[in-house]
Amino acid sequence: MSHYVLDRLKERFGTAILETHSNFGDDTATIEPTQWKTVCAFLRRDPGLDFDLPVDLCAVDYPNRKPRMEVVMHLYSVSKGHRVRLKARVGDEEMEGAELDSVTSIWPGMNWLERETWDMSGVRFRGHPDLRRILMYPEFEGHPLQKTYPADRTQPLVPYRTEDEAGMPIHKLEPFGPEEGMPFGRAGSIRGEDN
Amino acid sequence: MGDVTRSLTLEGSEQGFATTRVDDLLGWARKYSLFAYPFVTACCGMEFMALTSPRFDLARFGAEAPRFSPRQSDLLWVVGTISQRQGPVLKRIYEQMMAPKWVFAFGTCASTGGFYDNYTTVPGIDKIIPVDVYVPGCPPRPEAVLDGLMLLQDKIARNERRPGVVKPRVDPVEGAEKLVQLRRSAADPRQLVSALKEEQRRSEGAAIGGSR
Repeated sequence: MSHYVLDRLKERFGTAILETHSNFGDDTATIEPTQWKTVCAFLRRDPGLDFDLPVDLCAVDYPNRKPRMEVVMHLYSVSKGHRVRLKARVGDEEMEGAELDSVTSIWPGMNWLERETWDMSGVRFRGHPDLRRILMYPEFEGHPLQKTYPADRTQPLVPYRTEDEAGMPIHKLEPFGPEEGMPFGRAGSIRGEDN
Repeated sequence: MGDVTRSLTLEGSEQGFATTRVDDLLGWARKYSLFAYPFVTACCGMEFMALTSPRFDLARFGAEAPRFSPRQSDLLWVVGTISQRQGPVLKRIYEQMMAPKWVFAFGTCASTGGFYDNYTTVPGIDKIIPVDVYVPGCPPRPEAVLDGLMLLQDKIARNERRPGVVKPRVDPVEGAEKLVQLRRSAADPRQLVSALKEEQRRSEGAAIGGSR
């Protein structure tokens, strides 16, 4: 596997490319966050690179690292048949400075992916035309894929029924507990019935 | 109820006698004319399709006609995972249905949230709307669903509204303590793992002993 893409990037941007690797032929470049949009524009417009398909965008939270969030972008070139993975590290513990330039002007398809990254991880994209939540509802507080989001916190839109309302205990059914009734018979299949 | 000999021995109140019979008649009629509203959200839908297709043939139970308006249906099939975002929609659909109405929780996700113990999934639709029959399974076999439907018909005929649960065909109650608990707080995972290892060691020892 040639390192054509990485070589071109290093040649063009020099120290703005913080580190690269090609494990198993997956070309990966970690770049300076301030150069995010410039690098993307180069990858899209250079005729030898021609990355025309934005495959994915997401962010990974490393709570012990500084900066904390690692935004990961995957690109593919349909005409050249090569791929590259870009990374940029942004944000401190309080998510201050977790911002990147939006690349929707380069790939319109990045619109929803950037909204998803904002929704799930709280990374903001400067210049995005419509940075709203896309998967969660507007009332949702916080960003669920941040490691600081409590694993058991739910935010129901409909208040849950209480046991008084239901007139019976409401609890999560145990998987296949002994009180679940008779197999394929009617007697005893109804909860709370003594027969 | 619905029992002729018992009805004949009923003495005293003729009014009571008549009321019981009308309820029974209505229940008998309703249980064979269920109009379904399929609220199908996830992979259980595949099994629901198998259920309604000729091989398993829901039509045998008079429950095959889907109505995609809640106002024309009386049986709400909740088939699949319900996210918090869908909660208001589900509640609204349920409220729009005409009484008498029944709710069928198809599969483990609709019944309890399944393994989705997270920020986005409703931990069982009974947190939002009342449920008549739970069918566990991921997804349940069509036979289990048919059993749930027969259980529901039985409930309708008896005017019974307490929830019923279809039990799996293979009874895992023996060794139920080995089942992984869904709630994080329910069991100490270290104890669970050590118990499983102990059990495995014992069964391996038995197998070796048996072969010699």
